[in-house]
Amino acid sequence: MKLDSKIPAGHISTKWTDYKDHLKLVAPNNRGKIDVIIVGTGLAGASAAASLGEMGYSVKAFCYQDSPRRAHSIAAQGGINAAKNYQNDGDSIYRLFYDTIKGGDYRAREANVHRLAEVSVNIIDQCVAQGVPFARDYGGLLDNRSFGGTQVQRTFYAAGQTGQQLLLGAYSALSRQIGLGHVKMYNRHEMLDLVKVDGKARGIIARNLITGDLERHSAHAVVIATGGYGNVYFLSTNAMGSNVTAAWKVHKKGAYFANPCYVQIHPTCIPIHGTNQSKLTLMSESLRNSGRIWVPKKIEDAEAIRAGKLKPTQIAEEDRDYYLERRYPAFGNLVPRDVASRAAKERCDAGFGIENNATGEGVYLDFSTEIEKKGKEMAYIQGDHNPSKETVIKLGKQWIEEKYGNLFTMYEKITDENPYETPMKIYPAVHYTMGGVWVDYNLESTIPGCFVTGEANFSDHGANRLGASALMQGLADGYFVLPYTISDYLADDIRTGHISTDLPEFVEAENDVKGLIDRLLEVKGSKSVDQFHKELGLIMWNKVGMARNEQGLKEAIVEIAALREEFYNNVYVPGTAHELNTELEKALRVADFMELGQLMAVDALQRKESCGGHFREEYQDAEGETLRDDENFKFVGAWEYKGPEATQAVLHKEELVYEFITIAARNYK
Amino acid sequence: MASSKNININLKVWRQKNAKTQGAMETYSLADVSTDSSFLEMLDQLNEQLIGEKKEPVAFDHDCREGICGMCSLFINGQAHGPEMGVTTCQLHMRKFKDGDTIYVEPFRSKAFPVIKDLMVDRSSFDRIQQAGGFVSVNTSGNTQDANNIPVPKHDADRAFEAAACIGCGACVATCKNGSAMLFVGAKVSQYALLPQGKIEAATRVQNMVRQMDEEGFGNCTNTGACEIECPKGISLENIARMNREYLKATLE
Repeated sequence: MKLDSKIPAGHISTKWTDYKDHLKLVAPNNRGKIDVIIVGTGLAGASAAASLGEMGYSVKAFCYQDSPRRAHSIAAQGGINAAKNYQNDGDSIYRLFYDTIKGGDYRAREANVHRLAEVSVNIIDQCVAQGVPFARDYGGLLDNRSFGGTQVQRTFYAAGQTGQQLLLGAYSALSRQIGLGHVKMYNRHEMLDLVKVDGKARGIIARNLITGDLERHSAHAVVIATGGYGNVYFLSTNAMGSNVTAAWKVHKKGAYFANPCYVQIHPTCIPIHGTNQSKLTLMSESLRNSGRIWVPKKIEDAEAIRAGKLKPTQIAEEDRDYYLERRYPAFGNLVPRDVASRAAKERCDAGFGIENNATGEGVYLDFSTEIEKKGKEMAYIQGDHNPSKETVIKLGKQWIEEKYGNLFTMYEKITDENPYETPMKIYPAVHYTMGGVWVDYNLESTIPGCFVTGEANFSDHGANRLGASALMQGLADGYFVLPYTISDYLADDIRTGHISTDLPEFVEAENDVKGLIDRLLEVKGSKSVDQFHKELGLIMWNKVGMARNEQGLKEAIVEIAALREEFYNNVYVPGTAHELNTELEKALRVADFMELGQLMAVDALQRKESCGGHFREEYQDAEGETLRDDENFKFVGAWEYKGPEATQAVLHKEELVYEFITIAARNYK
Repeated sequence: MASSKNININLKVWRQKNAKTQGAMETYSLADVSTDSSFLEMLDQLNEQLIGEKKEPVAFDHDCREGICGMCSLFINGQAHGPEMGVTTCQLHMRKFKDGDTIYVEPFRSKAFPVIKDLMVDRSSFDRIQQAGGFVSVNTSGNTQDANNIPVPKHDADRAFEAAACIGCGACVATCKNGSAMLFVGAKVSQYALLPQGKIEAATRVQNMVRQMDEEGFGNCTNTGACEIECPKGISLENIARMNREYLKATLE
């Protein structure tokens, strides 16, 4: 099959508007006859379900959590971008578009990203109208801040809980539609297969997680909005239940999976504390507005800190290496995430890490400069033009508390250290996945009628995602893109009528799911699901992690295959299929992570260049910066499923065409 | 500085096969628990031990493990989310316990939160309250006015945000002797009542949400204030007072 991105012709600034004008519509009186299934109810899924419900479609929404408001979008801290230019600092739709393309290392689709920048403006208006309490300034207007990879203040926020407020906004819109009967919500349900009839997506097999019953649900179209696959690493910033299963099942049914090797490593996570760690916690990137990142300049200081003999506050200013400010003076601590992450790894690999545990990995995020600066400002505002040092520190801490209080509290709860007094310790961790199901401009996968939105698709971020752009994409897809493009598809279905779940395709899919469940329960081996998941995670982190090389990737492919074989011969899943069984849920997810993990390594191996989150050690310049190969790798790598071994997968290339942006080396100096 | 050490603990955990069967406390002992582990990581460790012994692991709700999704619950030593103030169970760490401690772990108990299995309860009654009116009836077209056209005083925005910070975990209900959901509902009502966008429907909203809250079998508030103390997000009793005012206003209109 040839990949057709369906990018409309015309100038970039009018493409979307012109295209929308010519899409087919479904008349209001016909929408109730059309069923749509939406899997996942985070920002992308809840906004889509609310919008389609409001339009009058008959919507069924599914989530594995006990309520849509638990979706992991809720944990996003820092903010959401929009090209409003409220701060009069030169922002525009074009500049947001440009920053996003450049931030993505020229591996995203121009037309999609421009559309995202265009609708970003409406997202803020929409959310404010829904009662989302964004931060305001003293004049009552919306406040903004900066994020990595940009030189303007375009990020809207609600303290360190922006994702929470946006998700609760989308959840309230969804709740309204549920209350009105337009959306039927299935909590604690997990999609375990896609059902295709005559080549089109026509339904799903879902497992009721409380009873264990397998259910058949039919629809005229299926939307996958299940987020990313970072949990393939076991340790990540993702929620424990976040998984790839729905996206992977769709892939196995014919949807291409694009750019799986593009994984964002977020630079500011709390370092690992020990072997019992279950997940990692992010500290918002917005902290880099106020925090300065450093490690000791002298290796003996770093050693003493790791040994617990020196405290960071005892290191003199001139003995600190503010390595981001040193290497990237123009952007400083606000370089993009991939750049900041690699720079931290480089310092730790060179022996300057500061964490006093077995890993030795970690760098400081220090607020003392900002505390003094803001403290002085606050004293001046209060009329004190000659404040004592004590007053300055006190007022500075107050300022920090107002801006980042909840993050500081969270840090202290986890680490037992007070970040107002001592610098935070941070280290990069797996955060967001830019790869995902391949979709065209309509957000439709290579399976007709199967749409994929938000982090579950591959489309908007290229090889790296800039901060505050994930929330933007989730809501853009759900509120303002999918309602138009899915209607165009559904216009052909007004005479189809209800689709029976007694069709043989449903029976077969249900039997397949049942077969897999029985198989896993019957192994009765000696290792728990988590043991396998942790082993997979280690292979992934060590060999398909922050830096990859040919040898490591080849090893990973073989090791994962062996681990998968052992899994099916030696996993122990207690309990039965017909009850609430959390180990069975995990086993089904880990089975898919194994297949995906191998494909990630296969994809990383073929991409003989470094770009964004994909750093191949063989391709770097003398200063350790990424070496992209635009001549040979300016494409989306979309994989077709051909069997359980990822080495069987077939690569299809979607060439990326840049008509409106000149490709350049990515320079943040 | 954080100091890491391992402790041994005893656990008394509520086990209940499903909603229909009776439950009972089971005793377990667990060795080598890192004090840097979260409470849920300790339960992971218990479950690994149980699976190793070919026993069924303990079912409990959890997801983000960052204190924000509101999915984790647990009554620990008689307190919702355990002994530490202002945290969810996932952010409670084992450094708050001592070597040799016996820890009681039970589900959130309330008529409106039926037990599903072991430590998991069904909190969908909160969703139904939200569906009854916890929203602003604006369509999702994006054709709204520019967001800065309605300035919101910073003070109001901040108070609305504080109310909106509720994570719907249900600790307020679990800890209330009446099983009242008024802190949760009060927070939702307050968020919208404080913002200009939510004012138009304020009267129907509060009436519908309160009606649904009663139908779900939650008890009434008798101003004991335990909910506020146990709330991991510091949602204030002020919100209950505001809800009562809104409700009174609505009935007088």
